[in-house]
Amino acid sequence: MSSLLSVKNMTVNFDTPRGSLEAVRNVDIEIPAGTSVGIVGESGSGKTVMCRAAMGLLQGSTVSRTGTVVFDGHELTAMTKEQVRELFGSGMAMIFQDPLTALNPVRRIGVQLSEGLRIRLGMSKSDAMARSKELLELVRIPNAAAVLKSFPYQLSGGMRQRVMIAIAIACNPKLLFADEPTTALDVTVQAQILQLLRELREDLKMSMVLVTHDLGVVAGNTDYVAVMYAGEVVEYAPTAKLFADMRMPYTEALLNSIPRVDHKPGTALTVIAGRLPDPTNRPSGCGFAPRCKYVQEKCHKEHPNLKTDPDGHVYRCWFPIGEAL
Amino acid sequence: MAGSGTAHMRNTVDSVLTVRDLTVEFRVAKDKIVKAVSGLSFDVVRGETLAIVGESGCGKTTLARAVLQLPPPNAGEVVLNGTDLTLLPKENLRSARTSMQMIFQDPISSLDPRMTVHQLIDEPLEIWDRGNRAERDERINKLLQSVGLEPELVLNRRSYEFSGGQCQRISIARALALDPRMLICDEPVSALDVSIQAQILNLLLHMKETFGLTMVFISHDLAVVKAISTRVMVMYLGKICEVAPPDVLYAKPAHHYTRALLNSVPIPDPTKQIRTELLQGEPPSPMNPPSGCRFRTRCVGASALCAEQEPQLREVSPGQFVACHHPIV
Repeated sequence: MSSLLSVKNMTVNFDTPRGSLEAVRNVDIEIPAGTSVGIVGESGSGKTVMCRAAMGLLQGSTVSRTGTVVFDGHELTAMTKEQVRELFGSGMAMIFQDPLTALNPVRRIGVQLSEGLRIRLGMSKSDAMARSKELLELVRIPNAAAVLKSFPYQLSGGMRQRVMIAIAIACNPKLLFADEPTTALDVTVQAQILQLLRELREDLKMSMVLVTHDLGVVAGNTDYVAVMYAGEVVEYAPTAKLFADMRMPYTEALLNSIPRVDHKPGTALTVIAGRLPDPTNRPSGCGFAPRCKYVQEKCHKEHPNLKTDPDGHVYRCWFPIGEAL
Repeated sequence: MAGSGTAHMRNTVDSVLTVRDLTVEFRVAKDKIVKAVSGLSFDVVRGETLAIVGESGCGKTTLARAVLQLPPPNAGEVVLNGTDLTLLPKENLRSARTSMQMIFQDPISSLDPRMTVHQLIDEPLEIWDRGNRAERDERINKLLQSVGLEPELVLNRRSYEFSGGQCQRISIARALALDPRMLICDEPVSALDVSIQAQILNLLLHMKETFGLTMVFISHDLAVVKAISTRVMVMYLGKICEVAPPDVLYAKPAHHYTRALLNSVPIPDPTKQIRTELLQGEPPSPMNPPSGCRFRTRCVGASALCAEQEPQLREVSPGQFVACHHPIV
């Protein structure tokens, strides 16, 4: 399978008053064409920064990015800002976590939705409006004609996220970055949005990167999962394999902290004690060591490298689950 | 669903809070009235954790606020420890509220950013004159320790210096400062990551034991309340659908809405995905709720009867009450 997006050895640093903050460190990620890849981790693990850096959305004198990003044959890291921008819309698109702040509050939905069509596809105003209506119907918005004339504040959170999705898929992108698309939504609306994304991926033959902190969301919606911790990928495997045969203690801890409807009531939740390490001052050993229940002497001293099992399961741990100590 | 009725009321002497026929309506325009909570009754027994679950806009937060008289309900009574709060004069209401505290959804914006943690927790103690300076300081230290914060490290810092989980711990310490009997938690973990969510849920469980609290816990997520509730009440458009103990409710939900809510919770296991009977669309406007059962427009089991007649709560198995003409059996 060829890779649609390939991120190699990417590191992202921010200059802060407290010193250099390493948000993403030596990340390798492959998005095979036609698949959905989940990126999972706690707040501050670097998942959003990784996606934005891959798309070239992080700019300014305080950000530095190293490594290579190849998308659909284009090496983004060697292109100018303008050249990368050309790929937005028809190549890659993004939907954001908070649909209210991502939409312009003072412009009607129709204007925001048709903008990309007119600029990217050169459509006339009336054609773009007609297509916008079709797009709203495609994302199952009832009464699309009225919604075109609405402002974002007149729509519910779920409706706004549908509008964001319509904007993102307007120019038929090959790759959709969905950054916590359902975190701000109710569980019932979350289920609807995830179902919509599954159907759209199928219909439009689109690949997807799904960023979330919830392993429950990736379980039914991705083909591969990358788990991130403290700016690094700590486990990567096909989704079914990851859940059936977890190697990384962090992934296991994350899974056990989820309240589940399929467990007995009153089942105590396992807590991951402590917090992520300070990103301006990373520990020399494994970043998860102070919070890990399987921790050994070696974990505090030496930083584990990525190991790859013969079946392609990748993890970053000296003493992975399932191996005798 | 969306039924009325009082079959689920226990009317025991152990009731800490009894709410009867509570109605909250907001006039939003000359002839437009939002019917947020409509004739709802429930009671909470000492030591219980009642979970109130429903989608955004179902009236759960309005209900909690009406219980605290913030603002007072349009109709109905709220009896806390034998006193009807709706009849109390303002001054007495203020002192009655000390025994009932609330924790809010957004932990960061619910704390005053200009106050230090010490000031935040001292404020209620000072207002109610609970001890002298030294006694209050001692109390503040104890509270912070009990919620897992190190007093020396946090006392002089302000809310913006903390993460969401830490702010929620501070909110809990502040809410417990006056030794309330009852704690109302309004989506206390919705804004938090799953890993932090588990920490806060376990902390609330622990606090409940330590302080002998009775709790009302509001959430849109049935999975979250499963671990901590002793009774679950499912709401839709200002009415009750189902009330049951969690072991019954999760194993065999009787209301179609309860089942749909359960099916919406993502299961972190690729081999156990449920794709059937997902709830479609959004709740209708509370300005113009459907006739009869308010859930009928989205219900897979609706019949003509559901449009004509409002279902009443009735007991379908011991402790399980459902307001539905055609419950799942």
